[in-house]
Amino acid sequence: MIDSISVIGGKDKDGAAEAIPLLDIRAGEILAVVGTTGSGKSMLIADIEQWADGETPSQRRILINQMPAGEFADDRVLRGMAAEVSQNMNFVMDMSVKDFLNLHACSRHLEQAEMLAEQVLNYANRLSGEPIGSQDKLTVLSGGQSRALMVADVALISDAPVVLLDELENAGIDRLAALKGLALQNKIVVLVTHDPMLALLADRRVVMKNGGMFKLHSTTPEEKLLLKKLEQSNRQISFWREQLRLGFTVNEEALKQY
Amino acid sequence: MRFIIVSGPPSAGKTAVMIHTIRHLLKDGIKVAACKIDCLKTSDDDNYRALGIPVAVGLSEYLCPDHFFAANLEEIYAWGSYHGAEILILETAGLCHRCAPAVQGCQSICVIDNLSGIDTPQKVGPMLSTADVVLISKGDVVSQAEREVFRQRVEMANPDAAVLSVNGLNGQGSLKLKKIIMESASVNRIEGQELRCSMPAAICSYCTGETMIGSSYQMGNVKKVDFGKFEKMRSKEPLPSSDV
Repeated sequence: MIDSISVIGGKDKDGAAEAIPLLDIRAGEILAVVGTTGSGKSMLIADIEQWADGETPSQRRILINQMPAGEFADDRVLRGMAAEVSQNMNFVMDMSVKDFLNLHACSRHLEQAEMLAEQVLNYANRLSGEPIGSQDKLTVLSGGQSRALMVADVALISDAPVVLLDELENAGIDRLAALKGLALQNKIVVLVTHDPMLALLADRRVVMKNGGMFKLHSTTPEEKLLLKKLEQSNRQISFWREQLRLGFTVNEEALKQY
Repeated sequence: MRFIIVSGPPSAGKTAVMIHTIRHLLKDGIKVAACKIDCLKTSDDDNYRALGIPVAVGLSEYLCPDHFFAANLEEIYAWGSYHGAEILILETAGLCHRCAPAVQGCQSICVIDNLSGIDTPQKVGPMLSTADVVLISKGDVVSQAEREVFRQRVEMANPDAAVLSVNGLNGQGSLKLKKIIMESASVNRIEGQELRCSMPAAICSYCTGETMIGSSYQMGNVKKVDFGKFEKMRSKEPLPSSDV
């Protein structure tokens, strides 16, 4: 059981010590990782994913429950502790969704694989705009469908206590629902994002700069209030998007109806 | 000298991962030499040369690359020693899936990639099952689920190997691999060491340059497909005997 993970700061791109020397993340917390392109966001996620022990270019060390990850002697146990969904991932296996989910569940020696596969599919369909069928081939799923299925699968079958999400916003899925679904299960969620809504939905955000952890903010009550406004504007943008996607024209009248 | 033998299917990322790893070794002031064995052509030696280390290339050309590999190990070892290498990297390419270049006393590394299909760990055969270290590359472009399933298949094919995820593009995992290489034992003499898996026999007319198709052109060690009893009974003419 993981109660917390800690990132012990290493070096930034110039070899200077990171401004944040220690970052503790507790179970049930959502931590956003923000920063400009090339600031080191994905590297931070990669360090956590491989349980860095000073051997990566950043020289960071990751602790699990205050213990160095290296002390978890069995590498196979350690590996199951983090699961990732990133913008670059694709399904490459030539299989139906159902068969694949079964295969994944069996590979983790989970019981009632078929039932679990069905749950994943249901959850994925809540996240995805377009319905996913159990007989659909993995490789023909759209970007949005794939990402929805990956999130659902990571949450229910991989069931890792640490979930790493890299730029989910491009995925075309209901990302807020995805995030809330994951966080509810008492997991540690670390998400790299450029999306202000996701950043503010997180409990805290670490700001990356020049390869190092630069600042750490807790989301303020005022920011949480502003988030509501942002969500309102977002609904408006979504409405416009849907209008255009469905082939309608946009005019003053349509906007009033909304 | 530590003698590290690297193998794996084409385009799995063998050279890319080794380049990153050698860079880490060189940073620590360790002397490295690299040799590349291939069939007809290679340009990987340029990549190794760019590191400023001694590089050798062996092309098997008209010979079976596996046999060529085994027949040259002693000379490659001597070449590495001559250059004062503390670590000799031998990258093999073009070996068939019946073969494994693993040798007792040498650390054997097999590189396979996540994109190559779910059955690949089984298909690769002894190259993977006799390896000390299995590197899985290209995990960044497939789903978490596929990574997990693929890795499980690798562990089924070789339960004893250290299995490591690597990324040949950004070098992720290469520092860990360096550590594993440094922990491996030196080998003082390659002569008298044993291949972990015997090589396939093939002394037939095609070995000596025959190009014509048909039983009458075939001599020596020839094996035929067994189509099963039922098929044999149905066919009007008896199929050629599978006897050698």
